[in-house]
Amino acid sequence: MNEFAELLDRLSYEPRRNAKIRLMADYFRMTPDPERGVALAALTGKLSFTNAKPALIRALIAERTDPVLFEMSYDYVGDLSETVALMWPIPKEAEAANANHPPFLSEIVEGLETLPKRDLPRQLSMWLDGLDETGRWALLKLITGSLRVGASARLAKTAVASLGDIPPDEVELVWPGLAMPYRELFAWVEGKAERPETLDPVPFRPVMLAHAVEDESFSALEADAYAAEWKWDGIRVQAVCGRDAEGKRVGRLYSRTGEDISGAFPDLMEALDFDGAIDGELLVMRHTRVQSFNVLQQRLNRKSVTAKMLAEFPAHIRAYDLLAEDGEDLRPLPFRARRAKLEALAARLMAEGHDRMDLSPMVPFDTWEQLTAARADPSSAGAGEDAAAVEGVMLKAWDSAYLPGRPKGPWWKWKRDPHTVDAVLMYAQRGHGKRSSFYSDYTFGVWTKGEEGGDVLVPVGKAYFGFTDQELIEIDKFVRRSTINRFGPVREVVHEPDEGLVLEVAFEGLARSTRHRSGVAMRFPRIARLRWDKPPREADRLEALEALLKAEG
Amino acid sequence: MRPEELLCPSPKGLYSPAGDFYVDPTRPVARAVITHGHSDHARRGHGKVLATRETLSIMALRYGADFAGETQAIAYGESVDVNGVRITAHPAGHVLGSAQMALDWRGLTIVASGDYKDAHDPTCAPFVPVRCHVFISEATFGLPVFRHPDASHETAKLMKSVALFPERAHVLGAYSLGKAQRMMALIRQAGHSAPLYVHGALTAISAYYEQAGVPLGEVRHVKGVKKADLAGAIIIAPPSAITDIWTRNFPDPVTAFASGWMRVRARARQRGIELPLVVSDHADWDGLMASVTATGCEELWVTHGAEDALVHWAGTRGLRAKPLHMVGYTEEDEAAEGEAVAEAEAGPDAAPQDGAS
Ligand SMILES: [Zn+2]
Repeated sequence: MNEFAELLDRLSYEPRRNAKIRLMADYFRMTPDPERGVALAALTGKLSFTNAKPALIRALIAERTDPVLFEMSYDYVGDLSETVALMWPIPKEAEAANANHPPFLSEIVEGLETLPKRDLPRQLSMWLDGLDETGRWALLKLITGSLRVGASARLAKTAVASLGDIPPDEVELVWPGLAMPYRELFAWVEGKAERPETLDPVPFRPVMLAHAVEDESFSALEADAYAAEWKWDGIRVQAVCGRDAEGKRVGRLYSRTGEDISGAFPDLMEALDFDGAIDGELLVMRHTRVQSFNVLQQRLNRKSVTAKMLAEFPAHIRAYDLLAEDGEDLRPLPFRARRAKLEALAARLMAEGHDRMDLSPMVPFDTWEQLTAARADPSSAGAGEDAAAVEGVMLKAWDSAYLPGRPKGPWWKWKRDPHTVDAVLMYAQRGHGKRSSFYSDYTFGVWTKGEEGGDVLVPVGKAYFGFTDQELIEIDKFVRRSTINRFGPVREVVHEPDEGLVLEVAFEGLARSTRHRSGVAMRFPRIARLRWDKPPREADRLEALEALLKAEG
Repeated sequence: MRPEELLCPSPKGLYSPAGDFYVDPTRPVARAVITHGHSDHARRGHGKVLATRETLSIMALRYGADFAGETQAIAYGESVDVNGVRITAHPAGHVLGSAQMALDWRGLTIVASGDYKDAHDPTCAPFVPVRCHVFISEATFGLPVFRHPDASHETAKLMKSVALFPERAHVLGAYSLGKAQRMMALIRQAGHSAPLYVHGALTAISAYYEQAGVPLGEVRHVKGVKKADLAGAIIIAPPSAITDIWTRNFPDPVTAFASGWMRVRARARQRGIELPLVVSDHADWDGLMASVTATGCEELWVTHGAEDALVHWAGTRGLRAKPLHMVGYTEEDEAAEGEAVAEAEAGPDAAPQDGAS
């Protein structure tokens, strides 16, 4: 556990992506099974324990330390787990007993899964006696459910892949069929065993993303090389269906980052019946009409799935692409061929009476002028009454294969309303009046090239409204949970490429500003929506705002 | 007889009415007794200065030979009489030449310990507890959250990082007097035999350590070294220099900092440190308690740092204790380091240039 804690500690300070990968790879290389597999589960967010409440930890430390000294220390450090980890006194006899064998992470995880609750305080103190300061800090964070790993699941898998010469996407493919402690995965990447059978008939396939197109880049694009379709204002998902070894039908719904979100959409899962993987947009559909994102948001906000909610907010998938069908990987095919297969599948499903999935229609055009007109008025260009849910258009090169990540060239997104930006929450400040107990003033930033070459976030504005009361509660919770620094009433929250909160900010216009480090100031910025589904690395860049500034003159 | 007749706090520092001298005065005085060479304790411009030979040399190095009107050296275990007060120097284990000054007068012993630590340090003589009536202690790390791990364990973290990122430079922030040389010695003990590179503010003081018999291996000024040649190198610099533009001349540097403050995550984050090493030249909480106890003192006076916690602890032990509320002693010499860096950069020893340009 001490070694794993040291890795977590190091990851939390290391800003560079490649360095994080190497730190994790080094740990995996030096650590035997099953310990490293349990660590991998922790790094990929597969472990979650909330066995211990802060009150239990306070009680344990109160039995062992002077209350005045504890309060002085807590006041200085500002974090309960860290304070306790640092001041925890080790009894002499424990020191001798633990010298040869501090507890393993794997032992602790097994203990936490099996121990009756009443035994937790005693076992926990024994573990704390056996660990060093960093180990205690990580353990306390783990059991209170507040362990923040300074790396995404994707990065951890990339580190595993780097142990052998294996592309990270290959690990992604076998991943869903594997479980802690991932012995067969490590054996494979280290060249000691065959590739693990993808037992999972419904694996996630890494998503292809588009670059934002700026007006001037059109001159370089050939209109007849691209297909256009509506960009729907929902949540990008991947619906995968297949049959398991016993021939039973299984289906799974993934978020764009590969998170399994099937549990939240039983109505949809029930209705999906095909063999393959569809890339599409999750929408709420009422009486064949697409509802606005705000309506979808109401469903997403609900903690539990109820019959009333299912009836009120029926989930629907509008299909963009077909990645696999009947066991065949279609991703290497050109978009034109995939689209033909998708249309055939959609027609068949419709003929069979399925109404939870339909095809996202193409937007026909010959010239960029025609597409510009369509984008300006989707309602007359085929979107009809669904036009309000159109966020813009997507351009896809007819001959493009489906590639993971964000390759430059084949796909472009062209948003309808230029005055929104996906920004990352950086600082939050307490509000005034009835909002004084909430963090309700938000400073957000977009990406730009930093002085040292890497990407950094630069603040571009502040917003105080636009969110619902429910959203305010959620953001407030996020702020408290993700604070990395305090400056008086202001908290700095985590804003890493793979960790943080993306806010879609709407605004009326931009002006140049010498007061802001970014050089731009927004007019009337407000929070249009919370993008919990979007990792910060996919937020917008300062260049996009600068281009808009130029366009506005 | 009250101990305050022998030593008491005053606006210029601890003053001895009986012997008419000050200990570590913060402003120029006629007669000063100096515990160690850190610039918040050892200032220039005093009339007469009594200190160890090493402390006097360090002061001369920092301020020039004319830093005081007159100097007198005292060795560990040696006693000097000043106006009827017998002053004896004992090792404080803080930095090279650091001394606790024991004052004896009419059967009363007060020990002014300056800064001290009871942890192992290959670059200076180990701390020795001195029996006394009144012990004067610092409390820089006077909270129970400050428990410094074994310094070799922290050094191992640095060595591991150097091995893992051989194409990058490691820039290690360390106070230029004491910590920097201790880190060099620890790095040598960990088996790293390649040359160590240093910022201009560190060259003279490191050379002095060598000359005083503390082997540090090959130490080179980093100025003028080609960027490519610094891959895998460890570059030691004063804390104020490690996040400055100066480091842009190094290949993708990892920013490390050796300090007791690195124990608390928020402090490491505030400074943008990527590799915090918890290595301190001050006693940690356990060290403070153990050292105070070992002196067998009847009374504890606390000079600077987190006085309240240490005074509270003494109270729970039935030991009389009071804070002296001394001003002028900075947190581990940060202000002083700033000065030293400014001096080094202004002089001919300016920042290194990329040799290729
Ligand atoms: Zn000092």
